[in-house]
Amino acid sequence: MGNRTMRGESAIIGVGETTYYKRGRSPDAEFKLVIEAILKASADAGIDPREIDGFASYSNDRNDPSRIAAALDIKDLRFSNMEWGGGGGGGSAACAHAAAAVATGLADTVVVFRGLAQGQFGRFGQGARVPHVRGDQAYTAPYGLMSPAQSFAMRVHKLFDDHGITQDALKACSLASYHHAQNNPRAVMYGRPLTPEDYDASRWIVEPFHLFDCCQENDGGAAMIFVSAERAKDFAKTPVYFLGGAVGSGNRAGSGSHNATDYATSNFKTVAPRMYDMAQVKPEEVDVAQVYENFTGGVVMSIIEHGLTSYEEANDFITFENLIAPSGKMPINTSGGNLAECYMHGLELNIEAVRQVRGESCNQVDDVNVSLVASGPMVTPVSDMIVGSEAVL
Amino acid sequence: MANPGRYYLGEGMPAPAPAIDGLDTEYWEGVKRHELLVQNCHTCDRPQFGPEWVCHRCHSFDLGWKPVEGNGRIYSWERVWHPVHPALQDSCPYLVVLVELPNHENVRMVGNLVGDPMQTVEIGAEVRPVFEDHEGSDETEPFTLVHWEVVA
Repeated sequence: MGNRTMRGESAIIGVGETTYYKRGRSPDAEFKLVIEAILKASADAGIDPREIDGFASYSNDRNDPSRIAAALDIKDLRFSNMEWGGGGGGGSAACAHAAAAVATGLADTVVVFRGLAQGQFGRFGQGARVPHVRGDQAYTAPYGLMSPAQSFAMRVHKLFDDHGITQDALKACSLASYHHAQNNPRAVMYGRPLTPEDYDASRWIVEPFHLFDCCQENDGGAAMIFVSAERAKDFAKTPVYFLGGAVGSGNRAGSGSHNATDYATSNFKTVAPRMYDMAQVKPEEVDVAQVYENFTGGVVMSIIEHGLTSYEEANDFITFENLIAPSGKMPINTSGGNLAECYMHGLELNIEAVRQVRGESCNQVDDVNVSLVASGPMVTPVSDMIVGSEAVL
Repeated sequence: MANPGRYYLGEGMPAPAPAIDGLDTEYWEGVKRHELLVQNCHTCDRPQFGPEWVCHRCHSFDLGWKPVEGNGRIYSWERVWHPVHPALQDSCPYLVVLVELPNHENVRMVGNLVGDPMQTVEIGAEVRPVFEDHEGSDETEPFTLVHWEVVA
């Protein structure tokens, strides 16, 4: 990598979230949710939102930065960026792009945002109601392989078969997210605890995913503001520094008809090492991790591919006790995550990673200096970020 | 009861159609003749699937199609319980399999596994293709799907 790095060059100074709603329940337009999240992030940072000069998002977010800039009377639009690829695999990529923009002088104040109001724009988890499908979909959809859950379940059966990992690992991830949501009043599943018995009794969506292995679908908006490290201390909150980011996937991950060279993977095998390398962090130095849950099988793969455990030890390591804050060996998804806080397409995980460094989490881990986010397992591209305190700079 | 109709899944599922740019017209014509084809490079004589305009190995544009030889092998599987499309309302549970083709460098194809949807599915089991002809409808041309069945 030589001397090309973004480590410590930028920091997150503000985060903002709307109320999180069940899918289709937002009383507000999607665009209004995005604006509200940006205004809240600006208030959190103590910055005039007119100072924002850059935008980064992902997953074909519908809310065009030029419209946002006009709506907020932004003085000087300098950066307008979209990560390609579906799903939540672009969340940490958008953060890395924001960090890169401020590190290189393309822009000074970049907001990463995501807005979803599915009542207005349709759902992720249903098959397309169309008479024809063409291209890669023609080889899957007519066979009833249409939804994200159906697209990823076979990877997880292959993982089970290759490595002897069991359903209990998936269950532990689900229970940890729901457990953390019970301390988080923002969480859509706040007040709705999940027991191991509830999990076991829940219906199959597609084997090996029970209902509670699957993320919610929600409405809401979320935003995070990045500035250069030199400016970061001029604002209201303690800066949280961007240490490392990486984006991508392995050989032919996007090949048609499920022909990825490596199949039973979250697609982090090549990405995580690049992130750790930039951040100058080792897996054992990670204090807390937010690991995107589209489906819990992807969380299990992500934990392994980030070196937080091994294939051999996964069944023993990935337990409810080890995954919960503050006592677990590797607390994950401490806000409740996509399963139980809100499916804000993962950006709520990036915000929770910031809260953990600030000491503001509802499930605070002690002395967090290194905070990891893994965005979007099994999709392509996926992305990673590590943020941290001033102490690790 | 699962799978009550004349097809493995309910009628009214999205029908496959060749890509607008013509990339895979031969595949869909082949299966209509009950001939399963895999894309093969004329330059390096190696297969690839799904189809693409360029050989990912040697970057030749000179690609053709070759009949699949021999049986396949189950690479992974899933049993679907939740219908995500109205046409699947009476079709659940059903089985989807990912099949690799040992005689074609283990390229993979997706299909349904015919027979009892509650059968035990074993990764590595030998399977053969089963062609399912569809008449089409007001909105779709006739087409053929390729399912798989376990070789006893």
